[in-house]
Amino acid sequence: MSTINTPRPTRPINTRHTPHSAAATGLAKRSIVNITRLPSAFLPSVLMPVFQSIAFAGTFFAIIQIPGFPTDRSINWFLPLGTLMGAGFAGIGIGFSTIRDLETGFYDRIRLTPAPRAALITGPLAAALIRAVLVTTIVTIVGLMFGARPTHGPGGVLLLYTAAAGIAAAGTGWGLGLAFQFRDMRAAAIMQLTFFLLIFLTDAQAPLFIMEGWLASVARINPFTNIIRLARIGFLDAPITWNNIWGGGVAIVAISALTLTFARRSLDRLSDS
Amino acid sequence: MTSPVATAPLAPTRAPAQTSAIGQTWALSVRSIQSLLRQPSLVIPSLIFPLFFAALGTSSFSRATGLPGFPAVDSYLDFALAGAIVQGILFGSTTGATALATDIENGFFDRLLASPSTRTGIIVGRMAGGMAYGAFQTLFFVLVLLPFGLSIKGGIGGVIGLVVSGTILALAIGALMSSMALLTGSTEAVQGAFPLLFIALFFSSAFFPRETMSGIYGTLADFNPVSHLVEGMRDLVIEGVSASALTRAILIPAALAVVSIALSLRALRHRLGAS
Repeated sequence: MSTINTPRPTRPINTRHTPHSAAATGLAKRSIVNITRLPSAFLPSVLMPVFQSIAFAGTFFAIIQIPGFPTDRSINWFLPLGTLMGAGFAGIGIGFSTIRDLETGFYDRIRLTPAPRAALITGPLAAALIRAVLVTTIVTIVGLMFGARPTHGPGGVLLLYTAAAGIAAAGTGWGLGLAFQFRDMRAAAIMQLTFFLLIFLTDAQAPLFIMEGWLASVARINPFTNIIRLARIGFLDAPITWNNIWGGGVAIVAISALTLTFARRSLDRLSDS
Repeated sequence: MTSPVATAPLAPTRAPAQTSAIGQTWALSVRSIQSLLRQPSLVIPSLIFPLFFAALGTSSFSRATGLPGFPAVDSYLDFALAGAIVQGILFGSTTGATALATDIENGFFDRLLASPSTRTGIIVGRMAGGMAYGAFQTLFFVLVLLPFGLSIKGGIGGVIGLVVSGTILALAIGALMSSMALLTGSTEAVQGAFPLLFIALFFSSAFFPRETMSGIYGTLADFNPVSHLVEGMRDLVIEGVSASALTRAILIPAALAVVSIALSLRALRHRLGAS
């Protein structure tokens, strides 16, 4: 005697509302998994800041001899810069992968899902923050091996992580926004160039009081100078004071808010087109 | 009955013009230069970035020129010129090799091989284009920085020395990267090898004097031929024309060129064998 297998009744899936957190977590997980599946896309954001920190510290070793230089270790001066470069590129890297998804059509399929639009921003943002923490940890460990020494304990290192996370958030917003606007690799060049310029038109290489000419004027008004100061303060001999921190905090919040808003508006325009 | 076939003698035709090896190489050189001119987005970074870094360095490190170990210079800009030239040529020469790899990837290289053109002319033409661009870059950096306070103690002779050095360096780096293109036939591999040049540049005295470095960095810079090349070029700027400066500025890239040309010809033979 044969039996008929009747399908078990399944609970209907509510496809009308995917929770924001579930969609964002899924997108973040996908981006993190891509680190192992496509290491060539992530490795440069780790290797370049490591190389930059070591090479700059070695090449410009002598600048610590300038009277008044705020540290006696050149690696202490250049390590936070390298970390911020890595964290920024971790954020911009999200823009690169979004361009790839847009070009292959995968992003259209993501947009067809019932995931809330905001999750298409917060998911990649979460992934960028995780990537930035990874990069900061690796660069800091290598820096410590090459002689870097935090001067204000874990609190100072925490400020470095805060600045790195802020730069990653700003980079994500900028990268996503440009990716949605251009939808091809032209955006990648603009992302890299603007970020590179904004980071180097600061006191990236030498303290403000050492600079002369046009760069000093530009660096004084560039908000990224405040973020670099926030990142560095835990590695310098100067005390951690509110004056050294608040500017960086405000710059992070303002730039991240602007770039993430730009990303959201660009995503909306992409959906409308 | 068969109709008579017209057997009028064919009008004598001219044999296809045989181009000499020099003519073929010249034509390929012109093509190489034109490809650079037609894609400005490929060459502009190699002109802009070295100037940007020279400008940044001049503003950031002007006070460092008084540190012990720093040579006597009027400004950091004078010191930075040689490093900017070498940096620009490292960037620019990679572009030519990438174009060669692109030719291999899209099959144009095979069509050249199928044509009756000289084999070495294919490579020499590409390198000659790179050399012309290297000479242009050197002159461009000098002319752009002169209004910003650059002073060249070597005068016209110094500028000629810089241009000759830059041209030979472009040949050396172009040949080295071309050997990579010929061996792999991949633009990604050529681009992937670029960071090695970047490392060679940074672990040298291109941006700061060796005398101010310490430990492993100083040792690496001492053994790095880029340091000695840059210092020869720099002496033409900050001290004037001398036998020592010219020797280092010209013989070091010439020696590098001999080695890298040998490598590229070997890579060409390897590719011809593979074809």
